[in-house]
Amino acid sequence: MKKVSILIVLAFWGLNLFAQTPGASSGVWSNPGIMITIALILIPMVIAVYLVAVKVNNMVKKIREVKIRREAKYLAKSIQQLSIAEVHEELTKRKLAVDYKLSNTELAGEAQPEDKKGLLHNIAEVNSPRFIASKKRAVKRPDIDPKLTKLILWYLGTATLWLVVGTSVGEYLGIKFVSPDVDHISWLSFGRLRPVHTNMVFWGWSSLAMIGLGYYVVSTVSNTVVASLKLGWIALGLINGSVVLGSLSLMAGINNGGGEYREYIWPIMLLFAIGVIITLINYLQTIARRKTKEIYISNWYIIAATMFTIVIALVGYLPFWQNGLGESIAQGYYMHQGVGMWFMLFNLGLIYYFLPQQLNTPIYSYSLGILAFWTQILFYTLIGTHHFIFSAIPWWLQTVAIIGSMGMLIPVFAGTTNFLMTFKGNFNKIGSSYTLPFYLVGIIFYFTGSTQGTAEAFRSANLYWHFTDFTVAHSHLTMYGIIAFMLWASIYTLVPRLTGREPKQSLVGAHFWMALIGLLFYTIPLMIGGTLKGLAWQEGKPFIDSVVLMAPYWLWRAIGGSLMWASHLIFAYNLYSMIANREEIDLKKTVFEELNKLPVNSAV
Amino acid sequence: MEIYNNHKRLFVAALALFLALTMFAAILPGFNIQNDNAPLPKSKPLSTEEMQGKAIFISEGCIACHTQQVRNVEMDKMWGSRPSIAADYARLTRTDVWRNTASLMGSERTGPDLTSIGSRQPSKDWHLLHLYNPRSVVSQSIMPSYQWLFEEKEYAYPGDVVLNVPDEFRKGVQGKIVASQDALHLVAYLQSLKQTDLPDGKPVPIFLYPKGPVKEEPAGTTSQLNTELDGAALYAVNCQSCHQANGEGLKGAFPSLKGSPVVLDKDPKVQVTIIMEGYNGRVSEGYGLMPPIGTTNNLKPEEIVAIINHERSSWGNNSRKVSITEIKELFNQIKTPVIAKK
Repeated sequence: MKKVSILIVLAFWGLNLFAQTPGASSGVWSNPGIMITIALILIPMVIAVYLVAVKVNNMVKKIREVKIRREAKYLAKSIQQLSIAEVHEELTKRKLAVDYKLSNTELAGEAQPEDKKGLLHNIAEVNSPRFIASKKRAVKRPDIDPKLTKLILWYLGTATLWLVVGTSVGEYLGIKFVSPDVDHISWLSFGRLRPVHTNMVFWGWSSLAMIGLGYYVVSTVSNTVVASLKLGWIALGLINGSVVLGSLSLMAGINNGGGEYREYIWPIMLLFAIGVIITLINYLQTIARRKTKEIYISNWYIIAATMFTIVIALVGYLPFWQNGLGESIAQGYYMHQGVGMWFMLFNLGLIYYFLPQQLNTPIYSYSLGILAFWTQILFYTLIGTHHFIFSAIPWWLQTVAIIGSMGMLIPVFAGTTNFLMTFKGNFNKIGSSYTLPFYLVGIIFYFTGSTQGTAEAFRSANLYWHFTDFTVAHSHLTMYGIIAFMLWASIYTLVPRLTGREPKQSLVGAHFWMALIGLLFYTIPLMIGGTLKGLAWQEGKPFIDSVVLMAPYWLWRAIGGSLMWASHLIFAYNLYSMIANREEIDLKKTVFEELNKLPVNSAV
Repeated sequence: MEIYNNHKRLFVAALALFLALTMFAAILPGFNIQNDNAPLPKSKPLSTEEMQGKAIFISEGCIACHTQQVRNVEMDKMWGSRPSIAADYARLTRTDVWRNTASLMGSERTGPDLTSIGSRQPSKDWHLLHLYNPRSVVSQSIMPSYQWLFEEKEYAYPGDVVLNVPDEFRKGVQGKIVASQDALHLVAYLQSLKQTDLPDGKPVPIFLYPKGPVKEEPAGTTSQLNTELDGAALYAVNCQSCHQANGEGLKGAFPSLKGSPVVLDKDPKVQVTIIMEGYNGRVSEGYGLMPPIGTTNNLKPEEIVAIINHERSSWGNNSRKVSITEIKELFNQIKTPVIAKK
């Protein structure tokens, strides 16, 4: 039902779009960047429709079952009314019919099959050939150290706190677009709260969750224990402290200079950086003690992300190249490397571990992983300046950034292929798992969100979209669609293993659907509105027209944002129930306990 | 491969590649543009008050919605007379030991670009009212109100800047609404934002992607079409923020054009003069100073005609429409003394 209404709403938007831009829009639709984006928007929609179809199918099955039961009851009743002789006769007849067998020689005769003329080739010896040999499986994993469990749960718990607080702030900001006079308090004004929201979900939610999950992955794939839990606790405190102080100082009006994600002043960001440095040391020492010969691919990504982030923070905060436009070049580099090298690389590392684990199959291809890893470093590092296309920054540097953005298609395609091929043959598991839909959505948005980024970097597409709300939609498609969904996937996979407690599946479902539908309600109107805004600017209309034009789209954004926000409350409750719920009684375990209590067994 | 079994080699290789690319894409270009750059000869540094205003601009996070860059594309023409160049940013240095350089180029235009707001909207009275509540001057605006930059006082002291806020935006404030030093500094900063002229002889960078195919007009024909510009749109861009869409202005702040003797005067001389040179004749009544908006926005005679005729024929005004030749003549009379004065 929900889906149908979405489709209707979308169709309506589509009509609107044509209605408002007669003639003038023909140029937009033939723009390659926009065509790519529309295709990209459709992909997650199609997936969502597919998932709904699966659900509906299940419902239909259930209804059919009820019908069958009813018929069975009726049949049983009618059989009871027959006499024994009648039943006997019927059954004997039926048995003869059922037992009848063909001799298998009715058509072919008695001759043996033979390929006398050599017509048969390439006979498959195995049913499904594997592209790459299966890798070693770890011997049964020892139980997880309860002390490590506690550390990881604290990382995830504080991360979730920041998710809830940070998106509450975001939700409030969304409301301010619709109702700008909702308050007149300096600490809550739009300009001050916006960086509070972005930094809180970046450094508080995503970073803490990643590092916490990283402690499990880094040590597990190294088949060893974490080098120092104490360092883990110190980093946890530092990063949380940085987010608390940073948020308060931003609300008080202390801002580093307005560069996005660089709003915390350096003494506060330094706490975060030290936290990351400590984490790096801890991870590296853990990997150095590994009991496996090779370093699993997850650890390349995680260590690279952590090393690079330290470099990125230094480039962003050291003062030596920041005068004049140098600040903007550093800003472009900093903000995009922060997103692509810290969040994206780290999350890919997590997915390379958790996805095969959850599917119970090895990753499809190591080679594609190698390709994606090196090309990501090669191309991603160059693309920062694509945030300043047509600005006063040197033209050649803008061109390098655009080329780098196109090069990014290689790691994105390689990564997506790798994940989807790992999924291949296991798609049937999605319906019976509450974690796999999160992985699937994360992977789909990895593809669409990243490719959209490439499309936006084209000069021709940039004309329409730069400075509009399209950018906001893009950053939510990626930071939320990719990063948050991948983190939730990993959390729902890992925490039950750590605590032995599972969340209520219906609530996980509610979380998933509200977050996904909310995200679509949030991003699609902003993309449509952003495009119309860009068109209005190009036509040279008075600026205020573009503000008036956005009003309905901002309203939709607030509605989608509310759904997303509510889903986070559910997620927080789910996490709580995974940590603190009473353990559910397990039948098998109880049977064995009861058996042990029997006098026969207890005597032995 | 061996590299994937040796963590030192693997991670050092990855880091080295990343560092090399970082040097190429960020640090070296940053160094270059920082050192190989100088302010334009005609530019001047911000005054102390303007610097303080910029600090308010930064701490209030105005950059979240306002850019300060004119891109070299046609659609950005409305924000400046030429594309921004690196030299425009050459005076920027680190704010202080705690805070980084603020180039404030921005990444989103939920509000207008501010590169040349000082020329586009030079009126201090307008800026103060707009900061107190943006909707008091632009009804559809969604900008936050910055009421904490203003004080309520029972009596205004000499030297206090008192705002004439329309009643519906006073929200129960009985006393005088007085601009704080922070508000005055912020407005001073906004007024200082202007594009500096390039040195004589230096080629002006062009705007890319001009609108549609450039139509070559056959030589010798005077195009009637070109002179008939959209007066309503030009009025919206240049005049509406003070005099409002309904032409009635704001009581006590910006005079009404509806029924105004200046607008209804058959002779457009006074009207053109006010647009081009500004006006202070009604300051004593509490009205703000009219800035020479036609001069600061570089309005052409054709545009002035369109605006004047829009004003003369809207909101119940019904006065004689003026012709382009008439205005061009007046224009020449006015323009010469303006330059001569300065």
